[in-house]
Amino acid sequence: MSKFLTQSAEYMPLLLKGLWLTIAVTILALCLATVLGLVWALLRTSGIRALAAPTRVLVEFVRGIPILVILFYIYFVMPEIGIDLTAFQAGVIGLALTYSCYIGETFRAGIEAVDKGQVEAAKSIGMKRPLMMRRVVLPQAFRIVLPPYANNVVMLLKDSSQVSVISVAELTMQGKMLASSTFNNMTVFTLVALLYLCLTIPLNFVMRRVEIAMGKAP
Amino acid sequence: MIRFDDVHKSFGSHQVLKGVTAGIGKGEVVCLIGPSGSGKSTLLRCVNGLETYQSGRIAIDGQPVDAESSGIHDIRTRVSMVFQRFNLFPHRTALENVMEGPLYVLRQDAAEVRERAVALLTRVGLADKVNAYPGSLSGGQQQRVAIARALAMQPQAILFDEPTSALDPEMVGEVLQVMRALAEEHMTMLVVTHEIQFAREVADSVLFLDGGRIVEQGPAGEILRNPKHERTQDFLRRVTHPV
Ligand SMILES: Nc1ncnc2c1ncn2[C@@H]1O[C@H](COP(=O)(O)OP(=O)(O)OP(=O)(O)O)[C@@H](O)[C@H]1O
Ligand SMILES: [Mg+2]
Repeated sequence: MSKFLTQSAEYMPLLLKGLWLTIAVTILALCLATVLGLVWALLRTSGIRALAAPTRVLVEFVRGIPILVILFYIYFVMPEIGIDLTAFQAGVIGLALTYSCYIGETFRAGIEAVDKGQVEAAKSIGMKRPLMMRRVVLPQAFRIVLPPYANNVVMLLKDSSQVSVISVAELTMQGKMLASSTFNNMTVFTLVALLYLCLTIPLNFVMRRVEIAMGKAP
Repeated sequence: MIRFDDVHKSFGSHQVLKGVTAGIGKGEVVCLIGPSGSGKSTLLRCVNGLETYQSGRIAIDGQPVDAESSGIHDIRTRVSMVFQRFNLFPHRTALENVMEGPLYVLRQDAAEVRERAVALLTRVGLADKVNAYPGSLSGGQQQRVAIARALAMQPQAILFDEPTSALDPEMVGEVLQVMRALAEEHMTMLVVTHEIQFAREVADSVLFLDGGRIVEQGPAGEILRNPKHERTQDFLRRVTHPV
């Protein structure tokens, strides 16, 4: 046990560096994915075929491709068409693109779950679509969407480990490098797992509290 | 003020309105009655473009209603609607519900809108519920907020689609009372209802719709007391003496 502790103390600085990168990748990708997801959802529920159909195709495409392949594609293929990205940038973009499609579907379901009577009431006082979305539909969809969205956030956090394949030195990558240089697989990967739990458990807790608070609000 | 000329409407191959012609004058209260599925709601919803119609013409003060044109938003600010299931915005208080249209659609001055909204809620007997959320109000109270919301637009006419059908019996009276007061002030109203007693007392005229056609129309007293058409007689017998 004391050996575990001394080794931990030794490995922690590197792992914490990885942890920070994990947090950075996750937050950046999440912000981007949320904005894009909202755009996809609004396009798909716009009732305008020319907007809804291509969005649908995009979403179906991205959801049908493994994240790893998307990451490879962005990191290795983009430079061939003249877009040079750092591994970090490619990782954020790849995660954001993938998750924008998951989150977009979540948002779309939420928007569609808002009672049709609400839409009619909004129309009946003369609201045009953008105002109706902003004042009536989205605030109600937001509540419906919160639990599945929280789930997406946790999944994204865990999937951020995938960017290690394009050599972003986040937590999983740091762990792998440490393990192969020290041969202390047990200690290293236990620490890595614990560090992930340090993020996901509080995140789940916070999300649940928010949900409860929202459920109580009118 | 509202005119229907030979209005036809179908959902797919199912023909719902088969040539409706009728008119509602300014300040008139017209009750639209008829059996379930006869197309009452559909006809009403065509007036403010919540439904489209295929042929014929609906016009408000001479302006044709076209649900697909951009003019529809303007028409909706002039013709309000009260729904069977209230459709209040659950995330906003009674006051906010009433203020929503004038404030965000008509972009009127906030202080004035608030003052008028409070006055309207007071008028429908809900002065003490200004800050209540719809979820904490009874059905009758919610419907009265919905009527205040419709009035806040200062409309030229209000459409009611069975405003008391979703209410517990003891709450029907309070809503009808508010509607009666509106009628006395000569608000133009088109009311789909099964409340024959209300129609008898308040309506200027009655339209009896059956199978997508107006079978009989005329002054309320006449039609409700001495219906000429057999289908109207049948219908009235059934709603006034339910089995
Ligand atoms: N959105 C829709 N799609 C397909 N059919 C519809 C739709 N709305 C209404 N209908 C059909 O049109 C007919 C008329 O419906 P409508 O709601 O106007 O009747 P109503 O007279 O209001 O009846 P009720 O008294 O039950 O409210 C019905 O047969 C109904 O099934
Ligand atoms: Mg109806």
